[in-house]
Amino acid sequence: MAIATRLQMQDVHKRFGATWALRGVNLSVRAGEVHALVGENGAGKSTLMKVLSGAVLPDQGQIWLDGRPFTPGSPLHARRSGIAMIYQELSLAGHLSVMENILLGIEPSWGPWILWKKMHQQAAAALAALQVTDIPLDKPVRALSVAQQQMVEIARAMAMDCRVLILDEPTSSLSQQEVPKLFCLIRRLRDSGHSIIYISHFLEEVQQISDRFTVLRDGQTVGTGQTNQTSIDQIVAMMVGRQIRELYPRSRRQPGEVLLEIQELSGLAKPWAVSLQLRRGEILGIAGLVGAGRTELLRAIFGLAPVQAGKIRIGLWTGLADPPQRWRQGVGYLSEDRKQEGLAASLSLADNITLARLEGLGIGFFVWPARQAQACLPWIQKVPIQCRSPWQPVSTLSGGNQQKVALARLLHADVDLLLLDEPTRGIDVGSKAQIYQLLDELVTGSPSQARPPKAVLMVSSSLSELLGVCDRIGVMCRGRLVEVRPATEWTEHELMLAATGPPAPAPNTPPIPQSQNPSPEHPNP
Amino acid sequence: MLDPRTAGRLVALALIFAFFALTVKRGSFYQPRNLESLLRQSAVYATAGLGMTMIIIAGGIDLSIGSVIALTVVVAAWVLNLPQGASTGPATATAIQYWLSDWPVLLPWLAVLAALTVATLAGWLNGLLCVGLRIVPFVVTLGTMMIYRGLAKIIAQERPIYPPADSWLSRLMDPTLTSQTPQRWMLLPPGVWLLLLAAIGAGVMLQYTRLGRHIYAVGSNAETARLCGVRVGQTKMIVYTLGGFFGGLAGLMEFSWIGGTGIPTTAIGYELSIIAAVVIGGGSLSGGEGSILGTLIGALIITTLSMGGQQMGWPRPVQEMAIGAILIAAVALDYWQRHWRLKE
Repeated sequence: MAIATRLQMQDVHKRFGATWALRGVNLSVRAGEVHALVGENGAGKSTLMKVLSGAVLPDQGQIWLDGRPFTPGSPLHARRSGIAMIYQELSLAGHLSVMENILLGIEPSWGPWILWKKMHQQAAAALAALQVTDIPLDKPVRALSVAQQQMVEIARAMAMDCRVLILDEPTSSLSQQEVPKLFCLIRRLRDSGHSIIYISHFLEEVQQISDRFTVLRDGQTVGTGQTNQTSIDQIVAMMVGRQIRELYPRSRRQPGEVLLEIQELSGLAKPWAVSLQLRRGEILGIAGLVGAGRTELLRAIFGLAPVQAGKIRIGLWTGLADPPQRWRQGVGYLSEDRKQEGLAASLSLADNITLARLEGLGIGFFVWPARQAQACLPWIQKVPIQCRSPWQPVSTLSGGNQQKVALARLLHADVDLLLLDEPTRGIDVGSKAQIYQLLDELVTGSPSQARPPKAVLMVSSSLSELLGVCDRIGVMCRGRLVEVRPATEWTEHELMLAATGPPAPAPNTPPIPQSQNPSPEHPNP
Repeated sequence: MLDPRTAGRLVALALIFAFFALTVKRGSFYQPRNLESLLRQSAVYATAGLGMTMIIIAGGIDLSIGSVIALTVVVAAWVLNLPQGASTGPATATAIQYWLSDWPVLLPWLAVLAALTVATLAGWLNGLLCVGLRIVPFVVTLGTMMIYRGLAKIIAQERPIYPPADSWLSRLMDPTLTSQTPQRWMLLPPGVWLLLLAAIGAGVMLQYTRLGRHIYAVGSNAETARLCGVRVGQTKMIVYTLGGFFGGLAGLMEFSWIGGTGIPTTAIGYELSIIAAVVIGGGSLSGGEGSILGTLIGALIITTLSMGGQQMGWPRPVQEMAIGAILIAAVALDYWQRHWRLKE
């Protein structure tokens, strides 16, 4: 090979509990190239980068840095070895000044005393090397724009003599005008011999900025190549691959009356002018990239996120409502963030399952613990949840069983409309299959037991899951609901294309904000 | 019924008690009189601890409780002192004073009513500031701690109030075994009965009502509670208000304990002992954990240590150090026990 290989990862494996996050990843990055790393959510990109930046130790596999074997034992070790990671959420000390941030941990000093003059020079030199001139060194970092903060973070990496710079979705928080600036900077770094690993969902960006790419799927490397010899379609095909269909049971479903109808619903920034209808006996899936506004849409419907404009009708009720009212109207929400929001981890299964509907578990305002446990048992058996007792703290359950507890809460509350946000994120295949089975039973209903079919609005980042479970699928992109079609009329490929935005308009121009187009998406019948 | 954590605390209390019972001279530590004294001494901490338990379970803290107790003490004394005040005020005030001296029976009840109302309002204000201004409870109650203390001093004009008549209110905590008029049929001082009643009420509320389950949920994970339709702000308001109310009850006991006088500088530093009682009893300052029974045990542990230490002739600083050590040991044991169990 004529060009030096800077970083080589071979056959890297990593397991968390029972699930393999990485099962054989190969990645080879050359000196002086921008290497794009792409894959669906959960394909293993972030785990791989954690391995590389020392946050996670691999179970198996080799890594070479500039031809020498290298195993980063800690983030500090990786940093010292010249690998710098810049996360989506920037990690700067907001109260400290720009120069203190750039030289954080490597401040020029004499004994315990910081040499401020030298610090000023070094920080100025680091910024000058990036040809960034518009950032005052004395300003506290929190007073800067996000784009400027990003520059400061890159300058910090350069001050540490970084050889491999990892950028995780660097454009997600930038405005359209700021992106070209960043790209310019990336190209300059590349030309000066740095290696850049560029992680992004936006494939047009990948096409613009990267020299080569590697595709991950299900924790494995499934393809690598030259970006300019590969089309976006080909990359998408690699990302999506083929997956099993038997996971998804599907009974004969009969859509009934319209249970949820929203018109031109707009939140603060996302969602934007979303209209849709959902009937009983139907699962409507929402596909889209992280940050497309899918979660915000569910939260706006449930009253957890602010609504600027638009109408919501649920059954007989119209208008906005807060979560207590929504539960009473027969709406339940399953949060995508099990730990932070979904479950009260220190409380028991029984408490978590019954929390949304404690009424009827005792006389008046009393709640009998025995009735609480009794109310949970059928769901523990039916879902099923593996546990020793209903009084076990939820924190002692596995991730899959925790998720099933969160779902059982909606079942105990006997809601008609289930708003599910990533219902199978991070859980094992067995639990996934049980949840799919359950969803199918819920929307099918059972006339014999007088259980009317329910309606499900489900957000998922797994395209195969959406195609397998849903009756109809809509795609959201940058806050808008782009298109809703019956699931049978979508392919994973088309979903991915629709989610990554309108087909690249013209090379080197950022996509035109959609508000400039007269919007054809709401033909009012 | 009894979970292992509470059972462990009961054992710890028994061990500490046994230690003093064996070492204090002439076996005087387990005399009925001493036991009664133990209960009387722990009553103020325990009663205020009931409210503090709820607040801590809900993920908050109340540093103002000592000041609330002092405020209650002063207000009760002030009301009892009303008929004696110089009748230089407006005509209506004079009329009220005459009316009160005609109905001396009502006076203690009026004092109780006024004291509890003020204490409850103080708790309500704590809640309002935490929820309404979205300031962390530590800061809010640190501020109101100073405000309420100042208020108590203003009402008392910076000197103790000595109400003349010896009402039943000032005998609330009198021992039943050694008083001039032994009322043995009561078995325990009325204040201790009041504590038991309040504890049962608070315990039932926390374990067996919707509000109680909501309090645990808010403290364990406020986001989850909100998602489940719990009105988080409202729940916190109720909890702080109840905290004030129980602080008021504790204040009435304190009033009797210090001899029926309205001393505005009483109960300084009580908040820390009360928080310690809740934490020793298994309350977690990050919320979601704690129990009434645990807090009662915690208050008893603290009192046993200080009383036992006193009777052993330990210097006061040593007693304080012992309580501090127990506090840390209780929390450390909890943590490691859980850690080991998770490892299994």
